[in-house]
Amino acid sequence: MESLWPRIEPLLAQVSKPARYIGGELGARDPRHRPGQVAWLLVYPDTYEVGLPNQGLQILYELLNERDDAAAERAYAPWTDMEAAMRAAGVPLFSLEHHEPAASFDVLAFNLSAELVATNVLNLVDLAGLPVRSAERDGSHPLVVAGGHCAFNPEPLADFVDCFVLGDGEEVVGELNDVLVAHRARGGPDGGPSEDRASLLRALAQVPGVYVPSCYEAVFGPQPTDGSPAPLVGVVPRYPETPERVEKRTIADLGAWPYPREQLVPLIEVVHDRLNVEVFRGCTRGCRFCQAGMITRPVRERPAEQVRTMVSAGLARTGYDEVALTSLSSADYSGIGETVQGIIDDPACSGQVSVSLPSLRVDAFTVATAAQIQRVRRTGLTFAPEGGTWRMRQVINKLILEEDLYAAVDAAFSQGWRRVKLYFLIGLPTETDEDTLGIVRLASRCVDIGRRYHRSVTVTASVGGFVPKAHTPFQWFGQNTVEELTRKVHLLKDAARGVRGLSVRWHDPAASAAEGVVSRGDRRIGAVIEHVWRQGGTFQEWSEHFDLSLWTEALAASGLSLEDTVYRHRGEDEVLPWDHLSAGLHRDFLWQEWQDALEAHGLPDCRWTPCYDCGACTGFGVEHVVASAVPPAGGSQGTGQDLSIGGEVPVRFVTGLPTGAGG
Amino acid sequence: MRIRFRYAKLGKVRFTSQRDVARMWERALRRAALPVAYSAGFSPRPLLSFGLALPTGAESLAEFVDIVLDEGRVEPDEVVPHALVGRLAPFLPDGVTVRAAALVDGGSLQHEVTACGWELLVDGARCAAVAEAVASLLAASSVPLVRERKGRQAEDDLRPAIRELSLVGGAEDERVVVVAEVATQPRGVRPAELVRALAEQTVDVAGLALAGACRTAQWIERDGQRWEPLDDEGRTAGSVSAGAARERAS
Repeated sequence: MESLWPRIEPLLAQVSKPARYIGGELGARDPRHRPGQVAWLLVYPDTYEVGLPNQGLQILYELLNERDDAAAERAYAPWTDMEAAMRAAGVPLFSLEHHEPAASFDVLAFNLSAELVATNVLNLVDLAGLPVRSAERDGSHPLVVAGGHCAFNPEPLADFVDCFVLGDGEEVVGELNDVLVAHRARGGPDGGPSEDRASLLRALAQVPGVYVPSCYEAVFGPQPTDGSPAPLVGVVPRYPETPERVEKRTIADLGAWPYPREQLVPLIEVVHDRLNVEVFRGCTRGCRFCQAGMITRPVRERPAEQVRTMVSAGLARTGYDEVALTSLSSADYSGIGETVQGIIDDPACSGQVSVSLPSLRVDAFTVATAAQIQRVRRTGLTFAPEGGTWRMRQVINKLILEEDLYAAVDAAFSQGWRRVKLYFLIGLPTETDEDTLGIVRLASRCVDIGRRYHRSVTVTASVGGFVPKAHTPFQWFGQNTVEELTRKVHLLKDAARGVRGLSVRWHDPAASAAEGVVSRGDRRIGAVIEHVWRQGGTFQEWSEHFDLSLWTEALAASGLSLEDTVYRHRGEDEVLPWDHLSAGLHRDFLWQEWQDALEAHGLPDCRWTPCYDCGACTGFGVEHVVASAVPPAGGSQGTGQDLSIGGEVPVRFVTGLPTGAGG
Repeated sequence: MRIRFRYAKLGKVRFTSQRDVARMWERALRRAALPVAYSAGFSPRPLLSFGLALPTGAESLAEFVDIVLDEGRVEPDEVVPHALVGRLAPFLPDGVTVRAAALVDGGSLQHEVTACGWELLVDGARCAAVAEAVASLLAASSVPLVRERKGRQAEDDLRPAIRELSLVGGAEDERVVVVAEVATQPRGVRPAELVRALAEQTVDVAGLALAGACRTAQWIERDGQRWEPLDDEGRTAGSVSAGAARERAS
C-alpha cells in the first residue's frame, strides 16, 4: 500500500481543525501489513471528535492488532470542508495510521451508533472509491461490515452493507477474521471476483451473530387497494444452510475482556475527553423506551479489583485528570461507593483526579457519591426522570418518585451545585398534555428548591422527541408527528416563560421524524437513504446540515410517507422488519410489556428480584454477573423497592479473578 | 519555583493548535509525575504559561513554556533542569521535542518577549518579483491591512511591526523563503498577514501564497540588548543579565 500523505498535507492548510487528519494519538498502533493478514479499516461515520472516544471501535482495534493474522487502522468522516478538498484533489478516504487509501484494505467496518449516520456510511463508501450498493461490489473490493446498536434494525442499510454483526463484538470479530483468512487460503472459485464474493458472503452467514442481507429475501405482499405500501411478509433465507433467525452475540464475562488496554489519547480535544472505564454492560432497569437497555442484557459487571487496576494504570499511562466509569447507569454498579472512594484515596491521583458517572441515578445517595467525586470541579449535575408525571413514568417504567427527584435536587443544591439539568422525553405512548406540562411543574419545583440555597440557580429541562426503537416494548407505537411534537414543545416553552431560572431546550422534532424513518424502516428505506445522500444530505446528525425535506422528498420518490413508515401504530400480528433477528428478548415478553405500559403498570429491576423470563439470560445460557452481593444503597431506581423478595435471582457473584466464560 | 522549557514543534504535529499543545504539556507533566502547582479557586488549573501563541499549521524551533512547581512536593533531582528534559521527552508526542530547561525568575514570557523571527516558505510568484515586493514593502511608510476583530473589520498598519524582511532563493525559483523579524507588541503580525501584505505590493506577486512557516526565534529586548528566553544551551535572559535583574529588584 502507498501513503497518500504527500497529497493530503497540502489540503490541511485550507481546512478547519486539520489535526483531525494526522493521526499520531497516544495508543495509535503502527501495524505492519504482511501477506496473509486481513487488513481492517475501522470507520466511524461521524467526525473525528465524536468518533475517536468510541470504546467499541477502540476495543476491536486492539483485539485485531493483537492477532498475527490481522492488522487494523482507523478512519473517521472528514468534515465537509475536507471532503470537498479531497474530492477536488482526487484523494480518497484514508486511514489515519499510515494514510493509506481505504480501498486497499480488505474490510471496511462501520460503527453504527445513531440512525442518521446512515447517509454518511454511503458517502464514506463512495469516498473510498467503491460502488455504494453491495450488489455492485465483488471480490476485488473490500468487504463492507457494520456493527453497533443500530445494526439491530439493519434493513435500511441492507442494500449497502455486506454483513452486519449483532451484539458484543469481542469474540465474533476474531471469527470473522478466521473466515476471511480461510476464504483467502482456499482461493476463490474459478468464476471470478463476483462468485468469489458470493461464496464469501455465504460462509460469513454461517457465523453466529452475523447477518448477511444478500442471503435473505425481503418478501412483500400485494399492495393494498387503499394505496398504502405493500406489507412485509417476512425476511427469509435464500439458501438451505442460512439460519432463519440470527441471534445476537453476548460475552459472558466482562472481566475476561479488560479492553481497551491502551485507550487512545488524541492530540486535539474530543467529546468525552477523559479516561473511560466500562464498569458494566447491560441494564435491567427495563425502561421501555430504551433500546440500549433491552438489547445489551443481561447485566455483566466488571470485577471491582479490575476496575481499580484499569483506572490507576489508565490514569498513569494517559495523563488524564478525569476518569468516567461508564455504563448505561453507573450508579447501579454494585459497590460503586467503595470503587469511587478507592480512586479518590489512591495516592497516585494526588487529589487532582475527578471521577464522573454518566447518567446519575435519581436519589440523594447518588448525589452524595457525586459530591464525593466532584470535589475538584462542581459545575452541573444531570438527572433523567424522562417523564413529567408518575403515571407517565409508570408507562415507560422509569419508576422514579417525585420525592426522590426533589431529594436528589435538594442534595445537589445543598452541596454546592448551582446548575441542574433534567432530561425528559415527549411524545411517549398515552401522553396527555397534563403529562407534558408535568415537566415544567417538576422543573419549576426544582428551581424553588435551589433558591433555598442560592440566590441564582439554573435548571435546564432538556426535551427530546421520542423515537420508537426495534426490540423494545414500544416498537409497535406510532411516533408523534412533527406537528404534534412541535405543539408540545410550544406548550412547554409557554409554560416555562416567566419562570426565572428555568430554561427549556429541545431536540428538533423534524430530526426525530427522520430518525424514525431509519429506526424502524424496512429494506425499502435503502432507496430513501441513497436519495438523501445523492442530494447532498450528509452529516444529518448535525443540525446545520439536517434537512427534513430531503427525507420527505426521498420517501415520496419511493412511494412512501412519514405517515406509513413513522407515525403508524403497528399491530400484534404485523411482521416487523427485524423479526428475523434476535436480541434474545421473547416477542411475547415485549408485547406483554407493551400492554402493561398502556395500562401504566411498572416492572421492577430484575437484577435483585425474580426473573420475568425476558429471554436474554435463558436463551444464551448466561446470567447477570455482579461484583458485590449487596445491592447499591437506595435500592434500584431509588424507589426504596423491597429488595428482600429475591430468592430465585439469577445472579452470579464475581469473587477475585475472572474465571472466563460463565453460565 | 518556575522552570522554563524550550521546545520545537515540527512535522505533522504542527497542525495542532496552541490549546492542544497546552493540553499535551499538562498530560505529559502528569505522566512524568512532576509536582506542578495548581491555581487556587473554584476550578484549579495547572500553572503553565506559554507566552506567544503559535498559529495552527506553523512549525517552530523556538517555543517556550514556564511551569510552576509545587515547592512542597519537589524532590531534589527535580530542580536539575537538564534532567527534566530527559524526563519529559518520552511523554510528549512525536514532533514536540524538548531542547532545554532552566530555573527562571523575572517577568513572564507574555510580557518580556517583544519580537520573533520567521522563515516563510512562499509560492505562486518568482523570486525576483518577491524581491521587488519586499523592497516596496520596506520602503513604504505604512502598510495598511484589514483585519477581522471581534466580528468587525478594522484597519491596522503593519509597517511599524516589521523589523527585517529579506529572502533566500534563486532568481528563477518558484518557491522562495522569506526571512522576517517582527515585533510582537502591542500586536503581532501573523505569517499569513505578512504574506497578504506582500501580495498587495505589486501585480506580479498577486498569487503569492504561504506554503509553510517556521518560527526560528523569540526575543527579549532590554536596555538595547536582546536575549532568547532560553537558548539551546540552557542559558536564560536572567542568567546572562543577572546583574541587571538584581538592579531591578533593588
